[in-house]
Amino acid sequence: MSNAEKIEEILERYSYLGSDSLIPILQDIQNELGSLNEEAIVLVGRKLNMPTSKIYGLATFYNQFKFEAKGKNHICLCNGTSCRLKGAKWNMVYLEDNLKLKNGQTTRNGQFSLEVVTCMGACDHGPVISVNDEYYREVDPEKLKNILNDLTQE
Amino acid sequence: MARCDSKAEISFIKDAVIPNLHDGTWPTEVSAKLSALRHERVRQPIIYVGVTTSSIVAGALKTRSAIEQYLDDYSVDADVIFVGSHGLCSLEPIVEVQMPGRTRVAFANVTPERVNSILDGAINGFIQPENAIFQYYSEIHEPWHGIPFKNELPFFKRQNRVLLKNAGVICPDSIAEYIAYGGYSALAKSIRKYTYDDICRIVEESGLRGRGGGAFPTGTKWRKALQVATSDRYLICNADESDPGGFMDRLLIESDPHRVVEGIILSSYAVSASKAIIYIRDRYKITIQRIQNAIDQAYEVGLLGYDILGSGYSLDIEVRKGPGAYVCGEETALIKSLEGKRGMPSIKPPYPAEFGLNGKPTVINNVETLVNIPQIVNNGPEWFAALGTEGSKGTKIFSINGQASQTCLVELTFGEPLGALLDLAGGVKDGRTFKALHLGGPSGVSVTADELDAPIDFDELPKRGISLGSGGVQVLDNTVCMVDLVKYFMHFIRNESCGKCIPCREGSNRMYQILDNISKRPVSNEGHNTLERFKGVIQLETLAEVMRDTSLCGLGQTAPKPILKALKSFRDEFEEHIFDRKCRASVCRDLRTFYIDIERCTGCTACAKKCPTQAIYGTPRSPYFIVEERCIGCGICQDTCKFGAVFFK
Repeated sequence: MSNAEKIEEILERYSYLGSDSLIPILQDIQNELGSLNEEAIVLVGRKLNMPTSKIYGLATFYNQFKFEAKGKNHICLCNGTSCRLKGAKWNMVYLEDNLKLKNGQTTRNGQFSLEVVTCMGACDHGPVISVNDEYYREVDPEKLKNILNDLTQE
Repeated sequence: MARCDSKAEISFIKDAVIPNLHDGTWPTEVSAKLSALRHERVRQPIIYVGVTTSSIVAGALKTRSAIEQYLDDYSVDADVIFVGSHGLCSLEPIVEVQMPGRTRVAFANVTPERVNSILDGAINGFIQPENAIFQYYSEIHEPWHGIPFKNELPFFKRQNRVLLKNAGVICPDSIAEYIAYGGYSALAKSIRKYTYDDICRIVEESGLRGRGGGAFPTGTKWRKALQVATSDRYLICNADESDPGGFMDRLLIESDPHRVVEGIILSSYAVSASKAIIYIRDRYKITIQRIQNAIDQAYEVGLLGYDILGSGYSLDIEVRKGPGAYVCGEETALIKSLEGKRGMPSIKPPYPAEFGLNGKPTVINNVETLVNIPQIVNNGPEWFAALGTEGSKGTKIFSINGQASQTCLVELTFGEPLGALLDLAGGVKDGRTFKALHLGGPSGVSVTADELDAPIDFDELPKRGISLGSGGVQVLDNTVCMVDLVKYFMHFIRNESCGKCIPCREGSNRMYQILDNISKRPVSNEGHNTLERFKGVIQLETLAEVMRDTSLCGLGQTAPKPILKALKSFRDEFEEHIFDRKCRASVCRDLRTFYIDIERCTGCTACAKKCPTQAIYGTPRSPYFIVEERCIGCGICQDTCKFGAVFFK
């Protein structure tokens, strides 16, 4: 199924199409495709009878929506107060120094993407990261290096 | 994965229990079944595993599979039930075992490797007291020797767990268990006995105030919405908890979602809302799953939907997933987000209670506020008004984390000193010294040791320049740099500012720059750089005051609070950063000064070659040294050195 068909299918699920269903629609599309793209917002705009610029403005306002495709390994790094105090900062520095990866970016080879989130609710086990929904606790740069090594070798 | 209610249980609840839920009297066989749902007497062992967001990170799911494997291997007949969290996050994964005829006993830190030894012991009637943390009190069962009862444990004894009563005890995915523990009785009672006006009056009399941080009297807000003549009203439950370091609402929903649903139904009835919405962040998958399941079950047994309990009142609850914006905690921004717009606050009045979602009166309450309602209706407003202090009634849930020796979720009565929070968290870790208690996340303040006797109170704390916030508490010790902490909060605000009003958008950015400047080593000591740095420091306080006075919404108004308070309480630390360029906690990386240990240095020249500012000098094969004035503190030399000769002070 092509992306356009998938989007059409999602749009059909919504019986009443008004501006208040815009966010749920975008969330569904992102869940399905992994990220938003130009095609998606053009199609949604046509269906909802809304200017594309408005939709783009909304999507870039909220943290959840991403326009860059996720990497093969999607890293979520908790930067809540607790994880920060326990050293999440050094993990971010490590990723930036070694993989040239900043919040919201994907590496060029498509291996890794990084999303910095505020508080995963597991403050005792910080600094916490999750890679493809698998959690790792008490991560320091050394441990992070090993985790990433294991992932690239798979 | 869960032991959800079976069809038989649901129909039992629907047909036998709910018709008499309002007075709580049932025929003997129904009472016996309810007692069985409370697991008062068990025929075969029951093993309870606490599964929440926090414990999953600690490995609760792996522990659960290990338990199932064990039961399979030794063909032991036992039920495995998953429960919520007691609030003892540091001891997770927690597993509880209830043997026939014995009391229910809890074990801490049950990793998959420890499952065998613990279950072997418990099933054969032998427990090593050091493995267990507490046991439940029961009159009819034989207690285990040498293990404290739950209510004797200092952690539980110190608290007043009203809202968290069921947390960790019941299965969150079971409406039958919640009802067996007395749930939904307040709803049944009010729908039969009280009009919406009565409930509104009861809440007004109780003196309940909003728990989200604003502390606005809940009854007053409801009354305002009731006074608007319209047929359509909305109730929104704000569960978009996004303070970094606050996880009260999340853990509350995950442990006892039906209590939240009951609170929402009751409050919707009180403001005669036709639709209720739970606004919850899309990221919290488990939380959404549990609350959605609770709503579905409530529909199934007829506590939600058309004509609730034959009263003629109908209500629908919808779960709306927030796409993640901190500013959406603000009422008007939240409404904008629900309408499919950017979450930008607007000027009040008109208040949402008069002109809210789709132009209809909308009541927005925090999860914790709504959870209080069933208790108030059940026990009467006098009971609630007797708890707490003059202006602040009831209890408050706090999530304590940071550098505390144990991360926990606690519930305290208003009026207790702030120091109680530190006691419950067990103080700071060994070998460290206490520095401050940070209340209320990015718009909160840090409380020093000599202010810990201040009572937890909505009115008393602001008099001392402290705000209670929504309940996230961080314990800070001597490894924390205050400048770095407020810089982190300001960075957060800068990212989350919606950009509508200038003081917040530009002010937060500028303030972050100033803080960043003083936590960095200047590239040169001359002219423009130094001037900028000092200009910033001079402006910091004025800028903070301008932001506080002129921002549109709470986000901008409260954003400078941490800085103003830190400047007052920790001025010496700021001055050290500015004048001495020193960070006593060595957190500000750029301020570190490196030196080479001459004993260890072999003169291999590796560091000197890598140094980006040529600050390292020496002759090959004899110890090198670092010129402090040139060092920018990047730390490359330390990473490069193979002999561990580079240190920082």
